[in-house]
Amino acid sequence: MARLTGRGFGKVRPGRGVVLLCAAVYFLLPLAASVIFTVDVPGQGVNFDVYEQILGAEGFVSSLLLSLELAAATIALVLLLMVPAMVALRLGARRLRPVVEIVCALPLVLPPIAFVAGIATVLKWGPEYFSTTPLFQTFVAVQNPDFPVVLVLAYTVMALPFVYRALDAGLRSIDVPTLVEAARNCGAGWAQALVRAVLPNLRGALLNASFLTLALVLGEFTVAQILKFRPFAVWIVGIGGSEAQMSVAVSVLSLFVTWLLLLAIAAAGGRTPSPTTTEK
Amino acid sequence: MTADTDATDAGAAATDVTEPGATPTATDTTVTPATSAHPGPDAAAPAARSGRRRRVGGGLAVVPLLAFVALAFGIPALAMLDGAFTVKDPVTGASSYGVANVTASVQGAYLTALIGSVKLSAFSAAIGVVCGLLLAQAVVTSRSRVLREAVLTASGVLANFGGVPLAFAFVATLGNSGFLTRRLDLTDKGWSLYSFSGLTLAYLYFLIPLMVLTITPALEGLRTQWREAARNNGATNAQYWRHVALPVLAPSLLGGFVLLFGSAFAAYATAAAMVGSSIPLVTLQIADALAGNVLVGQENVALALSLDMVLVAGLVMAVYLPLQRRSARWLA
Repeated sequence: MARLTGRGFGKVRPGRGVVLLCAAVYFLLPLAASVIFTVDVPGQGVNFDVYEQILGAEGFVSSLLLSLELAAATIALVLLLMVPAMVALRLGARRLRPVVEIVCALPLVLPPIAFVAGIATVLKWGPEYFSTTPLFQTFVAVQNPDFPVVLVLAYTVMALPFVYRALDAGLRSIDVPTLVEAARNCGAGWAQALVRAVLPNLRGALLNASFLTLALVLGEFTVAQILKFRPFAVWIVGIGGSEAQMSVAVSVLSLFVTWLLLLAIAAAGGRTPSPTTTEK
Repeated sequence: MTADTDATDAGAAATDVTEPGATPTATDTTVTPATSAHPGPDAAAPAARSGRRRRVGGGLAVVPLLAFVALAFGIPALAMLDGAFTVKDPVTGASSYGVANVTASVQGAYLTALIGSVKLSAFSAAIGVVCGLLLAQAVVTSRSRVLREAVLTASGVLANFGGVPLAFAFVATLGNSGFLTRRLDLTDKGWSLYSFSGLTLAYLYFLIPLMVLTITPALEGLRTQWREAARNNGATNAQYWRHVALPVLAPSLLGGFVLLFGSAFAAYATAAAMVGSSIPLVTLQIADALAGNVLVGQENVALALSLDMVLVAGLVMAVYLPLQRRSARWLA
């Protein structure tokens, strides 16, 4: 090969090595440096104290629990909304497919910061216009700091593009109409057909969608910070000012845990998460 | 996004599969008298009716989703639009519709922030495109399947989930007391992470993987025959790239650029956690204005700025989708 075209092809090989090496350095160095930063205390040598302190840190457990609760609620809500709709699109409502596709892509056009600006405005309507109506209680309830429902709503919207793609990929690989017909012919009702015939075949896609949503919620910062709630990511930034080392340690841990989870799904599902943009 | 064409195909295929199966057995359970209210050709009655019945049921399953999006997405979006065009009189407190906020959002400090964001996004997207292309080409041409899978999987993860942890990883590496900064005395050499170039370096951490994901299918679509044909006609490698590969890749590259641009433009968490508000960026300005940090009563300007952002993001999508479709032609 190389001989036919002379030096042109000869260049590719060392070039590739250099490119891969640069990429490896660029992508691995910050991770390695972060780990070193957390264990190598200037003047004290290497120790792992900071990782031991994490659990006892003020706010760590409560913010992590809040994030996990939010994630669980978001996953439940987004799957409850999306799975029946997506299955229905495969069965009969094909004409609605472009509508759902566009609806699920809409959050990509609204950056999170713009989205939360809108939400903050709506939340201000509560005291301004509805303070004398029963609706006011709803406004108060969705902003309960112990469990801010408004964040669940926002995260569900933000997760739609991911979940749409994950489910779409899963549904594409199975023949939903035949499965449902078969279940129906065996005497199953619609709900039964969905739960016992379709969902088991979608296990991979459901898992994928759930973990993408989990990662999104655990790492979400923009919406929560602007609305002044204090889930995990906001807490990390909060302690960043006073305890740099701990914030880096928690970041490293959360990065690794998230990535391990996602890599595990990717490896299990044999496909990479789709190139969507979320919060950066 | 090729979902459109694929979806149509799959839909058509599904029709073929369903209808014959549905006719003989499923009719008695699925057809109800209610469907006869719809006018339809009598000849295809059983099949058409069972199909229609399912469509009605299917439509119902989509309703909660649409209702939810209308509530949780539509209302904030409309509120943003409404607020962006609502002008409050500072003296009387009366509000009326006007373009004062929108005008304010493209002037002074806000204009600086918009330009800063556009510059940062364009600059980092351009670098991301080049680096992503090189990395993707290196991975695609490599024969190692393991390397390919590893890079693509890692890209999927890195492109989507950075945010706050990523910012802190960079602070630990290249921040004022970061690992590399201390080891290499970078501060003395004029390096600062909390600057335009520092942010670019951090943004590339998720932009390059995004580019790898976007461009890999296009690179895989480059057929060996084209390269061989060019070579047989006496073209050098450089000529092949200039006259064959790059023109074919052009829509994908441009599409990748806008996608990266949009991603960098919308990024907030990384910048907020890393630099605070020392760099003029539109996302940081919106956050400041919303929090009333700078001036009280700037909330509506924040909404106008958000509207500006939505316009840019919409423009990005409007450019990206046709390009994506165009480049998909070559991948068939």
